[in-house]
Amino acid sequence: MDFVISDEQQQLRDSLQKYITKEYGFEARKAIIASKQGFSDKVWAQFAEMGILGVAFDEAHGGFGGTSVDTMLVMNELGRGIVVEPYFSTVVLGGSLIDLAGSEAQKQAVLSEVAQGKLLLAAALGEPNSRYELNCVETTAKRDGAGYVLDGHKAVVLHGESADKLVVSARTAGGARDAKGISLFLVDKKSAGVAVQGYRTIDGMRAAEIKFAKVKVGADAVLGEVDAALPVLERASDFAVTALCAEAVGAMEALNAATFEYLKTRQQFGRPIGSFQALQHRAVDMMIHCEQSRSLALLASIKVQSEDPNERKRTVSAAKIHIGRSGRVIGEEAIQLHGGMGVSNELAAGHYAKRLAMINATLGDVEHHAERFASAA
Amino acid sequence: MDLNYTKEEQAFREEVRSFVSENLPKDISDKVLHHKRLVKDDWVRWQKILYKKGWVAPNWPKEYGGCAWSPIQQHIFDEECGYLGAPRVMPFGLVMVAPVIQNFGSKWQKEYYLPRILSSEDWWAQGYSEPGSGSDLASVKTKAQFVKSAQGDHYIVDGQKTWTTLGQYANMIFCLVRTDTTVKKQEGISFLLIDMTSPGVTVRPIITLDEEHEVNEVFFDNVKVPAENMVGEAGKGWTYAKFLLGHERTGIARVGESKRELEQLKAIATKQLRNGKPLMEDPRFRDRVTDVEVELMALEITLLRVLSSRTKPGPEASILKIKGTDIQQALTELTMEAVGPYALPFRPEARAGDWKGEPVGPAYAGSAAAVYFNYRKTSIYGGSNEIQRNIISQMVLGL
Repeated sequence: MDFVISDEQQQLRDSLQKYITKEYGFEARKAIIASKQGFSDKVWAQFAEMGILGVAFDEAHGGFGGTSVDTMLVMNELGRGIVVEPYFSTVVLGGSLIDLAGSEAQKQAVLSEVAQGKLLLAAALGEPNSRYELNCVETTAKRDGAGYVLDGHKAVVLHGESADKLVVSARTAGGARDAKGISLFLVDKKSAGVAVQGYRTIDGMRAAEIKFAKVKVGADAVLGEVDAALPVLERASDFAVTALCAEAVGAMEALNAATFEYLKTRQQFGRPIGSFQALQHRAVDMMIHCEQSRSLALLASIKVQSEDPNERKRTVSAAKIHIGRSGRVIGEEAIQLHGGMGVSNELAAGHYAKRLAMINATLGDVEHHAERFASAA
Repeated sequence: MDLNYTKEEQAFREEVRSFVSENLPKDISDKVLHHKRLVKDDWVRWQKILYKKGWVAPNWPKEYGGCAWSPIQQHIFDEECGYLGAPRVMPFGLVMVAPVIQNFGSKWQKEYYLPRILSSEDWWAQGYSEPGSGSDLASVKTKAQFVKSAQGDHYIVDGQKTWTTLGQYANMIFCLVRTDTTVKKQEGISFLLIDMTSPGVTVRPIITLDEEHEVNEVFFDNVKVPAENMVGEAGKGWTYAKFLLGHERTGIARVGESKRELEQLKAIATKQLRNGKPLMEDPRFRDRVTDVEVELMALEITLLRVLSSRTKPGPEASILKIKGTDIQQALTELTMEAVGPYALPFRPEARAGDWKGEPVGPAYAGSAAAVYFNYRKTSIYGGSNEIQRNIISQMVLGL
């Protein structure tokens, strides 16, 4: 039992934290969100230079051979800064899908480009009718000579508009909800027949509806085994959920710190409002929510690598359940304790609350994971 | 970072598990597992078994006969014992007063009391709370007047303690007493060890909501206590009391017991039916069980984080008290709800270990409501959960 991170991990965290504190303040973030593409090339290039874009990939694929804990440390810092760059979609979810499913050649071609900041990915998994069910795939991929033709509609694809390549789940066999018959494809977004409708998300990021109409891809576009992608999707999704949990804990920390600071400085009735016990106890409960969430996020960051799929699913879902609930509580309480300022878009607090609420709506909410937790017993 | 137990820790867990499984008397674990009434002999027998093995005082330094286990080992031991249905080692002597004597007591106190605590020869009670001082402990009124005498210097103690857990079994009690009324309230308190068989000590039961006799009032009327029974210096009692509370907080998470109760709850909810299907498969009920289970998983890691930190548990350990008791209470609540209308029949006689009667309804239902009401105490004792929030607010958040 050892909760201590290595010196290298400490260094990685410190340098990222320093950079975000210095260069990614509230005003800088606001300008980035308002820009046309919704994130900063400059920040992205800096991330590449710091090595965080390849932190989890093998050295053979241009990465740094880090562990899942390294990814979680990065996500924790990105959460503290509510960073909107497409790290989650490109490196965490897109990257791990390729890492888990891709051939050696695909990994070398794609992951090294990602690590250098030259290539952006997006995972096109969800559909209008799928909610959070990875097995619910109506998009089809039909054999066409040596390759395939894709047709369908992928919903709320995070950073789908800016991505260069899309990892798409499509049905090569079976019915819309069958576990078998799902395959993964790596599709160039510029391919003929790909229509992208990009939009903002309420938490300051970007997403897109992506429609595929008779999109032709070659046999080399297939990632992994045909008809058997679901276990890989689940593993990658568990890794991504764990990363979201780490991000959420970072956001909770920062939001709690801002709220407690406000309680100490805001004066009413001639005294700081933090001197009122009614508010003190609510603040303590926010802190407890954060610490309990942190415990499960840490546990998930280790157990996500478990060889036992039930242990992996249970731990990751437990963390997501807790973070979903605690993120909501902390977000709502932070807004309430900030009073009128809490509902102003000019204060960071509300933006943390937005991100925390949207993390709950990404890759499975509390109810989804509660059901999964029970079924993995 | 590695959140798996080391090989050595796993081997230690196996060692504890096999020892407890083989040596814990079945009549005792049956009582614990089925929420029957424990009596003095049950605790003493188990403590003597642990004493013989050398495991009764995990928290003590080796020089006094302790195990000098690491905090993680202590946790593993607590967890296994709790999980397997061992009665909790009575904390008042072994966990509470002993560290105070070890750190602040006289040579005589160490030599006389520590071996008797270790061998369970003495049963200690805690004399902190008074009718007028519950959460505000520093307001104690029980008075100890110093008397210089040729036959031996002593104190005369007058006053009342209350909520004295299992005081009916105790022959010794450690008390916070007021020795000086002229100074600031924290500075006039002393820490006194009192023989409960002394003339002038009266113990009166307080019957709790489950109609059990677990707590008492203890009255002191002109009780003569030898001056050598004062721990450390007069007027320093508050410092010692705070030191003692620091020793109490981490064991209070009760992870092992809660894991055991969670399993029992699931077993009960699998036998109980709703709409012809196991209650455990009902999404409404199942989600509530899941919420508790998730909190318990988190608490275990939070506890391990506290235990693994290189510094002594600080005020953040109050989280363990708050969350640990939240979980214990939620489990008793769900268990009571799981048995449905069979929560109503109340037959205290059925809680005796040797009761041979026919249960009303399923055997597991018999004590569900009584335990639920008994466990309301957990968020009140050991510093109420509101006091714990005050501690975190002031000492951790700086509000």
